[in-house]
Amino acid sequence: MAWQFRNDTPIYTQLIAQIQQRIVSGTLLPGERLPSVRDLATEAGVNPNTMQRAMMEMEREELVRSQRTAGRFVTEDEERIQRLRESMARQRVKEFLEGMHLLGFQEDEIVTFVQKEGENHEHSGV
Amino acid sequence: MNILECKGLTKRYGAITALDKVSFTLEPGRIVGLLGPNGSGKTTLIKITNGLLVPTEGQLWINGQAPGKESHAMVSYLPERTSLPLWMTVKQLQDFYEDFYADFQRQRSSEMLDRLEISPKQRMRQMSKGTREKVQLILAMSRQAKLYLLDEPIGGVDPAARDYILDTIIRNYNPEASVIISTHLIADVEKVLDEVIFIDRGQILFQSTVDAIREEKGMSVDALFREVYKC
Repeated sequence: MAWQFRNDTPIYTQLIAQIQQRIVSGTLLPGERLPSVRDLATEAGVNPNTMQRAMMEMEREELVRSQRTAGRFVTEDEERIQRLRESMARQRVKEFLEGMHLLGFQEDEIVTFVQKEGENHEHSGV
Repeated sequence: MNILECKGLTKRYGAITALDKVSFTLEPGRIVGLLGPNGSGKTTLIKITNGLLVPTEGQLWINGQAPGKESHAMVSYLPERTSLPLWMTVKQLQDFYEDFYADFQRQRSSEMLDRLEISPKQRMRQMSKGTREKVQLILAMSRQAKLYLLDEPIGGVDPAARDYILDTIIRNYNPEASVIISTHLIADVEKVLDEVIFIDRGQILFQSTVDAIREEKGMSVDALFREVYKC
């Protein structure tokens, strides 16, 4: 998965969001060892200090942990990963609802619409 | 200790003031963008820092030393224009660097040149502009310096060569050294920088971190630059 950056928010928060995405989707597995900060920074094309800052922040949130000599690992706490998945989903839903309100949909209309689209999605075999 | 400290640096060329009481400090382990339009004083500041120019007023210290023999040994400078003799081969250039700089790591430069498939036998004259710039950057970054001064390193090269140059700067990151990159191509270097120094008409407008600018202003450094220097 390629790293992509927007212009209007700090780079370290975007790094965190993209690493979280990898953890939640299983691209990075629980307990998996992460590449070094230098290698991650090179891969993402960002300043190593910025990558370090993203890692420190994720350590503070207990999504990764560092072992003095062995390196840095994704948390093995699957409950923690589930909580992250839910909080990311909540954020997506919030943005979705805001968008739908801008289109003039009411709550009940949104629910009906989503159900209908969900069925179409299933039937199309995707 | 600060890698670089400037206090009241002023440089006049006759009636023209190129630098006007410039003061700032730079910690180790930072990659800093020196940003400003053409003629704002970027190159003058870089040339004073590596001892090619003497300030009219003010003082500076490189890793605690006034400019001189000791500071020269700690500073690796990449000039804006290719300064290396065109008749030289890559191998001769490596010999040249080895003779001049005790901190030149030949092995490291050879590895980087190999990766680009540049043969030691190739002459500078036979290379494209982009390749020459890459060779020059490789030589500059292969020194174990405290301060790297890169004057417009991505100026005249294509986007792929630009990526290679920025990649090389990140790969060679050393927490005990700092890098100053002067440029006006901000969008390309922004992600690589810790801090930026905005300079205009010889004066420092401000010094800030890239993420602080994005956080406080909700815009990229590139967008801010366009706003600050709007013509």
